[in-house]
Amino acid sequence: MTTASVPEDTPGPPATKSGAVGEPVGGDATTPTAYLDVRDLRIHFPTDDGLVKSVDGLSFRLEKGRTLGIVGESGSGKSVTSLGIMGLHTVGQYGRRKARISGEIWFNGKELMSADPDEVRRMRGREMAMIFQDPLSAMHPYFTVGAQIIEAYRVHHAVDKKTARKRAVELLDRVGIPQPDRRVDDYPHQFSGGMRQRAMIAMALVNNPELLIADEPTTALDVTVQAQILDLIRDLQQEFGSAVIIITHDLGVVAELADDILVMYGGRCVERGPAEQVFHAPQHPYTWGLLGSMPRIDREQTERLIPVKGSPPSLINVPSGCAFNPRCPYADVPKGGVTRTHRPELAPVAGEEGGRHHSACHLSQEERTRIWTEEIAPKL
Amino acid sequence: MTIPEQPAPSDEVVPLLKVAGLVKHFPITKGLLRRQVGAVQAVDGLTFDVRPGETLGVVGESGCGKSTMGRLITRLLEPTAGTIEFEGKDITHLGVAGMRPIRRDVQMIFQDPYSSLNPRHTVGTIVGAPFKLQGITPEGGVKKEVQRLLGLVGLNPEHYNRYPHEFSGGQRQRIGIARALALKPKLVVADEPVSALDVSIQAQVVNLLDDLQDELGLTYVIIAHDLSVIRHVSDRIAVMYLGKVVELTDRTSLYATPMHPYTKALLSAVPVPDPGRRKRGAASGGSGGRILLKGDVPSPIAPPSGCRFHTRCWKATEVCRQQEPPLQALRTGHQVACHHPENAPA
Repeated sequence: MTTASVPEDTPGPPATKSGAVGEPVGGDATTPTAYLDVRDLRIHFPTDDGLVKSVDGLSFRLEKGRTLGIVGESGSGKSVTSLGIMGLHTVGQYGRRKARISGEIWFNGKELMSADPDEVRRMRGREMAMIFQDPLSAMHPYFTVGAQIIEAYRVHHAVDKKTARKRAVELLDRVGIPQPDRRVDDYPHQFSGGMRQRAMIAMALVNNPELLIADEPTTALDVTVQAQILDLIRDLQQEFGSAVIIITHDLGVVAELADDILVMYGGRCVERGPAEQVFHAPQHPYTWGLLGSMPRIDREQTERLIPVKGSPPSLINVPSGCAFNPRCPYADVPKGGVTRTHRPELAPVAGEEGGRHHSACHLSQEERTRIWTEEIAPKL
Repeated sequence: MTIPEQPAPSDEVVPLLKVAGLVKHFPITKGLLRRQVGAVQAVDGLTFDVRPGETLGVVGESGCGKSTMGRLITRLLEPTAGTIEFEGKDITHLGVAGMRPIRRDVQMIFQDPYSSLNPRHTVGTIVGAPFKLQGITPEGGVKKEVQRLLGLVGLNPEHYNRYPHEFSGGQRQRIGIARALALKPKLVVADEPVSALDVSIQAQVVNLLDDLQDELGLTYVIIAHDLSVIRHVSDRIAVMYLGKVVELTDRTSLYATPMHPYTKALLSAVPVPDPGRRKRGAASGGSGGRILLKGDVPSPIAPPSGCRFHTRCWKATEVCRQQEPPLQALRTGHQVACHHPENAPA
């Protein structure tokens, strides 16, 4: 980077944004908090090469019964965010692989970052659960699938093994494993990929969690199995009314499941809003890039794809100002005195009902709407 | 990937590659004497042509034999039975020396850009290796030619002396493409060329393949599991299930009027990036016209009798369990192997 860079590496406690009166993006502190309210979350990892800012100021809310889709490419900070909400990072000041975390995570009226770790541990798995991407490495190969589900249940419920086993069989049946009373004694390697993912879902659901985080739940699966799993997640959510966060790079998957979408780039949210809005009236050049990059199965496409040039930024050396600036085709459009080193904040998109659609771009809204409707949308 | 003039599907077009009855069984052995107790029937009777200048897309779920097919037609695996003809020449059982001149014309792009490049070789060595192996000195020397190739695939020719770890995934895939193009091949077989890449990078590589085809007149066989990518790149598409081609036709008919129930289910399972569609579908009942297949793909060690799809097919009848449907053209240029095809002509 040739631009005068802001001193980034701050030793000691992570720098919180100065003058954070209320919240820059997460709504003001006076309003009652949502079911899940993440405020200015920052997760940084010190490494030999520098400070990796995986998540750098992320705020969002999620209500019960809703599904939030977090979309982004590899290295955009999606998975780190989910592990952060679950409290699964090793936190500390020094040493390798220790994360420096700041911000607030309000869950069901409790703030998790300042809460007693034992209390968070009791909540984890019971009130909030996670479906991991790769079920083969997330499950223990030495224990049967049943034993692992039973353990997850008995950690949080004082019941005997027999009751817990009945519960495990019931859950395996619920997620569509054939002959669950027999398969409960199988080891993970005896299951196919789709069945393992179902077993993971059963494990996550065994305590009826109210918040379910699914990190790339179908990435390793074939389309026909993916369709089964997505249907299952949707059914289970309707049944239990839980809040679901689905993390994926596949825009098709979020379009199927999510009510709201959050687009991440370089550790920050560049656009968020209701799914219909983000797909049909996107307000950020990166979102346009994602939509233009994607071959469509539902249309005869004779035009070339419109890829985003370049590659995603290094999280050690995130471009100053807007992180998307080096790849943005509209970076050179004059923006009334705003320089490249200025970072755009998330701002509400005017004219959208409900005020839930936000975008972080220096282009004026008229300009963005014009580019989308005249230049991008006709080519998709 | 559109080609300027669509060759008319007539007998006049001499196929570049002709595959007939191709079979590959991997033996399963047991005990000290390595007695054969069974076989993984990875590919079990494939017949298709690849015409010059076209892109044939091969699509299917994991374990359907599509990658084995790619390795058979490039002769990286020895076929169990069947014939492979390249430009009219039978190459089915050619040895290493016999294959060497043909290797110039048939090249492969691999899926994983991390494991398909030797980490201890520089990019110059990797892309220049085909010249060394074939004993060719290109005009102007190897270095100059390698730099031209790097430029062709959109890399900086100055990066000749760098190592693979200095490149991102998308750039590495470009290195693999440059290597495949070094000898000016006629046929390029690409096995999942973009599945390891991020969406925005995937589009760059798809466009690159597209441009190179126009520029160099290449013929592609592109193997992928992603039906959206296949729709974008292919002229004709073969759908595989458990070692067999179940449907083979041009892109438009496959996506507009799929005839095999498996193709129909596969297409309906792909999530569509349009949030409105789901709600419209849900309002009219069902999950947006989606056909949910039961269970998993059966094991290729003991595939089902008759039609291999009958265990998961909602239209299966007694005849499907007993008789294997042949792959036949039910409409002009639309081959399908099914006893009860969808969208069949009256």
